[in-house]
Amino acid sequence: MLSRDQVLHVAKLARLELTEDEIERFGGELSKVLDHIEKIGELGDLSDVEPTSHVVAVENVLRDDEPRPSMPRERALESAPDVAQGGFRVPSPGAA
Amino acid sequence: MSTLLDLTAAEAGERVRAGDLERGELWRFYRDRALADDLNAFTWVCEGDDPEAIDPSGPLGGVPIGVKDLFCTEGVPSQAGSRILEGYRPPYTATSVERLMRAGAPVLAKTNQDEFAMGSSTENSGYGPTLNPWDRTRVPGGSSGGSAAAVAAGLVPWAIGTDTGGSIRQPAALCGIVGLKPTYGAISRYGMIAFASSLDQAGPLTRDVTDAALLFQAMVGPDPCDSTSLGLPEPVRLPQATDLRGIRLGVAEELSGEGIEPGVLAAFQQTLGIARELGATVETMRLPHAPHGIAAYYLIAPAEASSNLARYDGVRYGPRADAVDLLTMYTKTREEGFGAEAKRRIMLGTYALSSGYYDAYYGRAQKVRTLIAQDFQKAWERFDFVVTPTSPGVAFELGSKTADPLAMYLNDYCTVPMPLAGIPAISIPNGLSEGLPVGFQIAGPAFSENRILDAAHALEKAIGFDGSAARA
Amino acid sequence: MKLEPVIGLEIHVQLATRTKMFCGCELSFGEEPNTRTCPVCLGMPGSLPVTNAKAIHFGLMMGLALGSEIAPRSIFHRKNYFYPDLAKGYQISQYDIPLCSGGRLGDVRLHRIHLEEDAAKLVHLGESGRIHGSDASIVDYNRGGTPLAEIVTEPDLHSAEQAREWLNLLRVTLRQLGVSDVNMEEGSLRCDANVSVRPAGSATLGTKTELKNMNSFRFLERGINAEIERQTALIESGEPVVQETLHFDPVSGRLSPLRSKEEAHDYRYFPEPDLVPVAPTEEMLAAARDALPELPAARAERYERTLPTDTARLFAFDPEWGDYFEAAVAESSAEPRAVANWVTELRGRADSAATVEPAALARLVELVEARTVTAGNGRVVLDRMVAGGGDPAAIVAREDLGALGDDSGLADIVARVIDDNPDVVERIRGGNAKAMGALMGPIMRETKGKADGGEVNRLIREKLGV
Ligand SMILES: [Mg+2]
Ligand SMILES: [Zn+2]
Repeated sequence: MLSRDQVLHVAKLARLELTEDEIERFGGELSKVLDHIEKIGELGDLSDVEPTSHVVAVENVLRDDEPRPSMPRERALESAPDVAQGGFRVPSPGAA
Repeated sequence: MSTLLDLTAAEAGERVRAGDLERGELWRFYRDRALADDLNAFTWVCEGDDPEAIDPSGPLGGVPIGVKDLFCTEGVPSQAGSRILEGYRPPYTATSVERLMRAGAPVLAKTNQDEFAMGSSTENSGYGPTLNPWDRTRVPGGSSGGSAAAVAAGLVPWAIGTDTGGSIRQPAALCGIVGLKPTYGAISRYGMIAFASSLDQAGPLTRDVTDAALLFQAMVGPDPCDSTSLGLPEPVRLPQATDLRGIRLGVAEELSGEGIEPGVLAAFQQTLGIARELGATVETMRLPHAPHGIAAYYLIAPAEASSNLARYDGVRYGPRADAVDLLTMYTKTREEGFGAEAKRRIMLGTYALSSGYYDAYYGRAQKVRTLIAQDFQKAWERFDFVVTPTSPGVAFELGSKTADPLAMYLNDYCTVPMPLAGIPAISIPNGLSEGLPVGFQIAGPAFSENRILDAAHALEKAIGFDGSAARA
Repeated sequence: MKLEPVIGLEIHVQLATRTKMFCGCELSFGEEPNTRTCPVCLGMPGSLPVTNAKAIHFGLMMGLALGSEIAPRSIFHRKNYFYPDLAKGYQISQYDIPLCSGGRLGDVRLHRIHLEEDAAKLVHLGESGRIHGSDASIVDYNRGGTPLAEIVTEPDLHSAEQAREWLNLLRVTLRQLGVSDVNMEEGSLRCDANVSVRPAGSATLGTKTELKNMNSFRFLERGINAEIERQTALIESGEPVVQETLHFDPVSGRLSPLRSKEEAHDYRYFPEPDLVPVAPTEEMLAAARDALPELPAARAERYERTLPTDTARLFAFDPEWGDYFEAAVAESSAEPRAVANWVTELRGRADSAATVEPAALARLVELVEARTVTAGNGRVVLDRMVAGGGDPAAIVAREDLGALGDDSGLADIVARVIDDNPDVVERIRGGNAKAMGALMGPIMRETKGKADGGEVNRLIREKLGV
């Protein structure tokens, strides 16, 4: 069972602001899902099994160091919610 | 006009190329149907004329296509079914969509989907659920539910979607159409808004197997913009087979017994009978680790998703919540922008990767993935294909599973082992249960698409499924 | 209790590729903000990274040059955290299998070298322009995605000065490799330091702190010294050192705790699914090996065949002077050892090897070797060359510094000095060879240093029959 503190900790890591309702709900739902997931524990010792992080058996897919045109700045900024001085404006890190 | 609606996409394209059908007429016919959609199958429909830049002499014959919302399409809303990308029009087009356009298919519409492809019902869309054309009180499946419903209802001639744990095959099954999930790496992922990068794969949703082969043929191929794209080692052939002589089918015990609705099982058994009549041998076999597929999948996919969805922070695109400080900008933007399922999976994935849990969850899931892939490897020594019902049940009622995420996740029971192993699988309609379509799944070794399409083609002809009721 | 500082460095160098680590955007050198971006480096939905082959090549060159072990199969990981300078919400970096492990440069062992992508630049708006005084910042993604090599040393350094010197050696080495501009002021070389203090001779490490933002060699030395002082004072007053990250303020010279990017540091590393493993092939390794210039250790070995060890090392580890030495040898018919002596003389007089042309130095060496100029006057000529350039032969002629020839009357001068110093002659004849020096001084004075010491010696012995 996920504790309230665990839920809040994970939410903070994930930058999600949860409502009281969601904290309650996610705690219960995730615990139930994790109960099912923990069935992979039944498979016992897997220390001899290689983990699969890629199903494609290729290596060294590399790109030549050849420049390709960048986007015009207007293009880069066109979807941004807050633009100033040719850049993406954000609240300053560290500002209260 | 009913004759136009009865044509498969391949037949319509054939007529356009032969000069028997005017491309503009075909476009307007489907545009008007798409604009009149009352299934909420679309997030955007092109209101204009047939785009002239598309050359109908290509293999896709100028036949308009529906594209799942998450495929980036330059200048066209591409929101992945999420409010956090509301109004986002990308500066570039996905490689797979570009290839379709180059092969002669103009983009008619963007189709509705579960937010970031997270779901099995399309109820998780930020733009409202899509309805199943067979029964409007039911879901079309998901996450490519908009594409499946639109094709089944004849609102578009054909469509593409993406499959991460079943998101092409399951909605295809629930809507009575064909859905192909290719081998991981066959089609470029560049421009596909990512859900779970090591599993996501694009593919066609079509009325029949030939249409699926045509779209697959157009989309397949390596892409210098996607390091994991390989293409196919052989050219894609249009399927011709009418029998299954010499084909050895393995019926996975773990995926065709417990938990499968009786009506679905009955249709499955009936199709196995047809396969035998067509010359196939049918034998039960084991995929011992397949039952752990859901657990592995619901660790790996959310973990990757939690990272893939970190970029939605309100800085470069999408709406931003009012905030004076940086932390609040992040948390409020994401709280307002993501729906419940996206948040649930972000939470689950973040937890699975967090310090102290990685080995027990994500690390272990990757090992289970290896075991599942090895099960299939072993199967190919004795069998050409592994067959299962595509979905444990028929289309369920809207809202019936939203309160129980685990019940929803278990819908993917028969479809998650294949993407975990990176192998291709197709779902073809094989009958009705309670008046609703049922799907038959054929999975094969990596890069065996040509053979899968042939087998599916032979079965399709013998089954003779009639989907016209959904287009009425 | 005597305390000993223990220092390890963590260095980020921007690689001198043309394009970014994972996209085709050209690297930025002060362009207008956000003019060097594309869907990939802006983290646009659906975009995917593709690794720059040149960055891998440079990484292999560094590993081979520094004696690291090259991983047969290394992978990229995602390092997840939220910050506006990070377009995707994660940095593509390497984690448990870096491209290079181990290695050594000079006296310092390397822990690892891995490749990653640089963050974007945050420009803080507002009156003060500093982080805490302004309420908004502008993100410029031009720098985002620039290839970086992160080099981590073992804690083998024991003073700020040593750290500074070693970092300079690293800089020179990387510049020689041509893999980076390694310019600290421009940010292509950035150095953080892990500092701890322990009782001298102790084998265990004390609690370390991480120092950031020391963006010049001077600040690196000052920052480390300030931290050593701070920790020493804490320990001496019995207070514990707290493990933390400190920010160096170059204006005040003070260190202040950095507000952490994420309160709970949990980067949730996992293998980057969008990239495939890098498994350096024989061809890739051979290409990297072929691209290596001769490195300090190999150079020292080669020089030691003709030079004393100290001189050989001196030139090998200071490639500017090593190159100069080789150029001068090529221009000269003299023995390398003789040339080396004069290069060392020059190095003692000049800040840069560019002060005197190697060919000019070579001519000076030849003049001395041919005894046209004595060694002593050779140094005078060199002084002139350093001060105002010019051809050594011309300087000799102009200032009348040429050595006395056979018909120069040197024998007469020697005879006269012997006659003037009967007491010294007595001592020499009595077996005190060292007393000969007392005759040399007056002879050299008489000849204005133009006499050859060896010849004078020979003449004295001949005259006295010793
Ligand atoms: Mg780093
Ligand atoms: Zn770029």
